Amino acid sequence: MIRIFIADDETPARERLKELLQDIAADVPSVVAGEAPNGIEALEQLPASGAQVLLLDIRMPGMDGLELARHLSALDNAPAVVFVTAHDKHAIEAFELNALDYLLKPVRASRLAAALKKALASGAPRRENLVRAAAAPREYLSVAERNRIVLVPVRDIVFLRAEQKYVTVRTREREHLIEESLIALEREFSAPFIRIHRNCLVARSAIRGFERTGGGEEEAHWQVVLEGVVERLPVSRRQWPAVRELIAERP
Amino acid sequence: MPSIRQSAYPDLLPDFRNLAVMARVLVAVNALALAGAFYATPAIGAALERFVQAAAFLEPLLLVELMVLFGAASTLTRLPYLAGCLTVIVVVTLLAGMYHAAVRPIATQVMPSLGRTVVLAALAAAFLLAYFRLHTKAFSPALAEARLQALQARIRPHFLFNSLNAVLALIRRDPKRAERTLEDLADLFRTLMADVRQFVRLADEIALLERYAEIEQLRLGERLRISWELDAAPSDALLPPMVLQPLLENAIYHGVEPGTGVGDVLVRIERRGERVHATIENPHLEAGGQRSGNRMALDNIRERLALFFDAEARLETRIANGRYRVDIEIPYRRT
Repeated sequence: MIRIFIADDETPARERLKELLQDIAADVPSVVAGEAPNGIEALEQLPASGAQVLLLDIRMPGMDGLELARHLSALDNAPAVVFVTAHDKHAIEAFELNALDYLLKPVRASRLAAALKKALASGAPRRENLVRAAAAPREYLSVAERNRIVLVPVRDIVFLRAEQKYVTVRTREREHLIEESLIALEREFSAPFIRIHRNCLVARSAIRGFERTGGGEEEAHWQVVLEGVVERLPVSRRQWPAVRELIAERP
Repeated sequence: MPSIRQSAYPDLLPDFRNLAVMARVLVAVNALALAGAFYATPAIGAALERFVQAAAFLEPLLLVELMVLFGAASTLTRLPYLAGCLTVIVVVTLLAGMYHAAVRPIATQVMPSLGRTVVLAALAAAFLLAYFRLHTKAFSPALAEARLQALQARIRPHFLFNSLNAVLALIRRDPKRAERTLEDLADLFRTLMADVRQFVRLADEIALLERYAEIEQLRLGERLRISWELDAAPSDALLPPMVLQPLLENAIYHGVEPGTGVGDVLVRIERRGERVHATIENPHLEAGGQRSGNRMALDNIRERLALFFDAEARLETRIANGRYRVDIEIPYRRT
């Protein structure tokens, strides 16, 4: 029995997939472990459902399918993913290029059976492939906590700082640790964030101003004053020209 | 039923950089010269000889004229039509005069007098301009038609495949509703493939909107809530086909589908005096990308309205209080 989770925002589309799963039960026995009408709910329910395969619609409210799949890959026992789409030229090209499984709506029973078998054999999609297939930056960063995924909205983040092995994600309220590289984060979020130091990215919108410190014996340098966070962060000599330019551009 | 073919087109000077235009000028002027030669000397041999003589004088002049017009083309097209015509005639006549003066000292054969040259040049220019005006008149509706066809509204493939998928889901559980949905889809596509040049009655366009909404309702369930305010809609009003449906489709695609909650859409159509107003309103979602995503659809509708109503139609969009709103205003014309 394959445990299957269905994420699609249209009720008839979920019903149709369930019908098809019944039709192919003799060939591929399965049970529906859960279903959700949007990305956020799917992420909440999926880890506990023990699903082995996720049938995932791409265009969903709340969070699109590709981003959802990226967050899932943080789980220890991440499910295999079969994307389902009605028509999305760009997504389909990206799937082809990055060896991701997909089905086109309306789905045929035989294709569904083949896709499930293949997905079970190949397991969870590789994270790099999902990253390369994504067209847009994520709206959330995710932290896997035991069998749960905590989402941190990117627009709530004040700064990202690389520590030894992790990156600290600082929001106004709290701190999280994620296992991603700061360089990849900088590349993905180059619009809302700016690098102020070798180890630190700051949300442009959170910058309130700059302070000069030191002088005398110690060499003088600049610090960023941030909205909602007491901590001041040092701007490196190397990044200062770029940071200052940003401030000059602001109205 | 009135159609786009009746609209007026502004007069335009011919494009002097167009090879076909130049070729027509060369052929026409030479034909005139040939006719003139036959008129003056009825004997065929003598007439041909006369034509060859005239051509030797005429051809270099023609080439110079065409080159000058080619160079001045961009300036000429910026003038109002009548002023442009007068300028062309004056330029052509002056060039003919100058050419006559320049060639006279080195001419080896009989030449037409200066007066004759100038008058003939002016007449030929006026005649050709009149010919080009008729030519444009005859062909520009084809141009407008081609533009209309290129602008023909298209339903998103996303909608078609999702609707078919929804119908498949219905076939076993609710065959009656599945039948109805397929009939709705058929009507929608019939309209989509119909003649884009004909006006349609507002009542028919509203029926189409309701069929379309029925299908979307099936897909989206209670996430989609449409309020219809159609009591004051003049059902006999005429409008271009598929103007309102793409707007409702946009409202749902950008304002309801990307949202997790219930999306309220408003459709209001009413007559105010001699104008018909239509408003379509939906929640403005940040994730919907409505500002960039649907500009093409709006430009398309705006251009079609202009082709049908010229400057009498209006299409405006605005975002206020978290709602995205499109207003259309067209003159009230009826069957």
